[in-house]
Amino acid sequence: MEAVKSFFETPAPSRFTGIWAWLLTTDHKRIGLMYLFAIVFWFCLAILLGGLIRLELMFPGETVLTAELYNSAFTLHGVIMIFLFIIPALPAIFGNFFLPMQIGTDDVFFPKLNLLSWYLYMLGGVVAIASLFAEGFPDTGWTFYVPFSVSTQTNVSTAVFAAFILGFASMLTGLNFITTIHRMRSPKMGWLQIPLFTWSLYATSWVQLLATPVVSITLVLVMVERFLNIGLFDPSKGGDPILYQHLFWMYSHPAVYIMILPGMGVISEIIPVFSRKSIFGYKAIVFSSMMIAVAGSLVWAHHMYTSGMSDTAVFVFSLLTFVVAIPSAIKVFSWVSTLYKGAIQMTPPLFLSLCFIYLFSVGGLTGLVLGAAGPDVHVHDTHFVVAHFHFTMFGGTGFAFFAALHYWWPKMFGRMYDFKKAYIASALITGGFIFHYVPMFILGLQGMPRRYYDYLPQYATGNFLAGFGALFMIIGIALMFYNLAVTLRRERNAPADPWGGVTLEWKTASPPPLHNFDRDPEVLDYPYDFTGVKESQDNQANQDKQSKPNA
Amino acid sequence: MSLHQTSPHDDETGKKLGMWLFLYTEIILFGGLFVLYAVYLTVHTEDFVEGGKQLDRLFGLANTVILLISSFAVAASITAVQKSQKGVALGSLAASLLCGLIFLINKYFEWGHKFEIGLYPNSERLLDGPTGQNIFFGLYYVITGLHGIHIVIGMTVLAVAMAYVQAGKITPTRFALLENAGLYWHLVDLIWIFIFPLFYLII
Repeated sequence: MEAVKSFFETPAPSRFTGIWAWLLTTDHKRIGLMYLFAIVFWFCLAILLGGLIRLELMFPGETVLTAELYNSAFTLHGVIMIFLFIIPALPAIFGNFFLPMQIGTDDVFFPKLNLLSWYLYMLGGVVAIASLFAEGFPDTGWTFYVPFSVSTQTNVSTAVFAAFILGFASMLTGLNFITTIHRMRSPKMGWLQIPLFTWSLYATSWVQLLATPVVSITLVLVMVERFLNIGLFDPSKGGDPILYQHLFWMYSHPAVYIMILPGMGVISEIIPVFSRKSIFGYKAIVFSSMMIAVAGSLVWAHHMYTSGMSDTAVFVFSLLTFVVAIPSAIKVFSWVSTLYKGAIQMTPPLFLSLCFIYLFSVGGLTGLVLGAAGPDVHVHDTHFVVAHFHFTMFGGTGFAFFAALHYWWPKMFGRMYDFKKAYIASALITGGFIFHYVPMFILGLQGMPRRYYDYLPQYATGNFLAGFGALFMIIGIALMFYNLAVTLRRERNAPADPWGGVTLEWKTASPPPLHNFDRDPEVLDYPYDFTGVKESQDNQANQDKQSKPNA
Repeated sequence: MSLHQTSPHDDETGKKLGMWLFLYTEIILFGGLFVLYAVYLTVHTEDFVEGGKQLDRLFGLANTVILLISSFAVAASITAVQKSQKGVALGSLAASLLCGLIFLINKYFEWGHKFEIGLYPNSERLLDGPTGQNIFFGLYYVITGLHGIHIVIGMTVLAVAMAYVQAGKITPTRFALLENAGLYWHLVDLIWIFIFPLFYLII
């Protein structure tokens, strides 16, 4: 296997060299890595903006930002984190890189479309930044609610257009994945032999196709309103502003499942590998993914309990919201049951996955508080909501992203990182996270509204503590990226299968060759069958010993 | 080295699957607007009926017939390619492109007339009139406008397919590109089939 050149050395198409071998490539692995660098850039930028917001809120009154700048900062933080980081992070980076490998094929179905999606993604990012320099970044929040988004003087149109382009990129990626899974799967692999990460991407892709066009048209309407002033959402001209909210959340609630489903897929990959035990309830996880995709599309109006809806509608949407908690809980129970009586091998990816389970469960349970119509009226639009969705989005998808990064890093780059630094960084991030967001739950219950620039004196302590948590988190994230980045200058030392994984991506060299496999990989009857791994466990232990001291 | 019996370059079914998924997103895109239409129709039923009477049914009917003919021409071109009749295929595609052009010209005159009598977004006549009619014509311009953009995109795609037929890159065994272009055109046509009764025939 060592004789095979990796995809870093073999550009595709082969006529390009140097930078063009990257910018014009159709190789899904190179495109995945290009996404990785772009997405990490945006992630860091948005973290710094988030840090600025927290710094401003640490003390009452004006600290470092003016009120207008503060509004723009949290809008920009939200837009970047959602459209440029969380939605594309797992599908575009790890989906692109590993989906074809997990189903035993050599690329996605539409490689050129894949490259086009990357360019659309980059264009969307550039347009979002361009709006900063025109008339100031929007101060609407990432939801662009009418009537404010239509009447504000800031540059909403450009930002909305950026979101439109990014939606298009994400839609095309979803289309590509579905076609790939249907048409290019290894002929030996049946539907219930597909690894769970790929299954979760399949469910995600359907949600992307189902929901994204709705937000596209909604955002187009915001632009139309700004230019033509028709009044489709303006009551004085016969329109209805609540309709905007319905259309917006019809996409944007399913979008939270676009964010979390691939994360759940990652965790479902990592937990069985380090428990050396077949995943508990493979079929239940598959079906719960599809159930989340379906049920998650029917709960959008739980964002609008206080916007003015009939009581019947509130009741129905509240009920549906509770229903959608069931498949998520099925997954959590499956992960925990997989760990039970497993031969657990602690590694940074598993550590991050355990943090994920804890943080995501807190996020999910507080979601039920918000899903119940009564308590929601009390905490609506307070910091409680902010803490809740950060627990699910960051504690969920963000941590799954970190876990995936540590799990697949040796496969992508062929280099193993330092475990000790990885543990320290993960502990710092998790500790900082809890320190940062738990005070917000309390602040929210006490009644501190979200998005406000200033607050009453009784909220000072909580905001002060949260600021410290943010600091720990930022240090932890910086250490984590540093620890990974320094390995790039080292020699390639990772074996083909450093963890003892059994899905197909571990059956080829690290980093993989251009066509992923040098011979047709053998497909297991059951994708998480570790009997082969256990037999060669001694062998495996030796390999681990060889790789760890070098790292 | 190939891992599979077929590479995606030869998988015509896969290419069509991708196109169908894309068409699906287009339907949802217009679906959002149709949801707006449905809600506002319920709220402003009277005004919508009044607004519908001010649209010229003859124009609408003509455009419907034109699009149906063009869809037929596209379908004919695919059959012609399958039968290796390149000339017929090129002729049919040219005919459908011509139909698209006539549709747009019709639309231009229709919109032009509405502008002349003061029915355009944010016009004084609409602002002073009943709010329901303002919404009706607002939706009329947004939906037919978006549909018009799709006509232009569809014509571009058909023109590309035509160039491929001309260059001999579309053969009786490999015509997924032409078929996908045709599918797109049929979708644009189909959306018009919904727009026509919703705006012109509403009673």
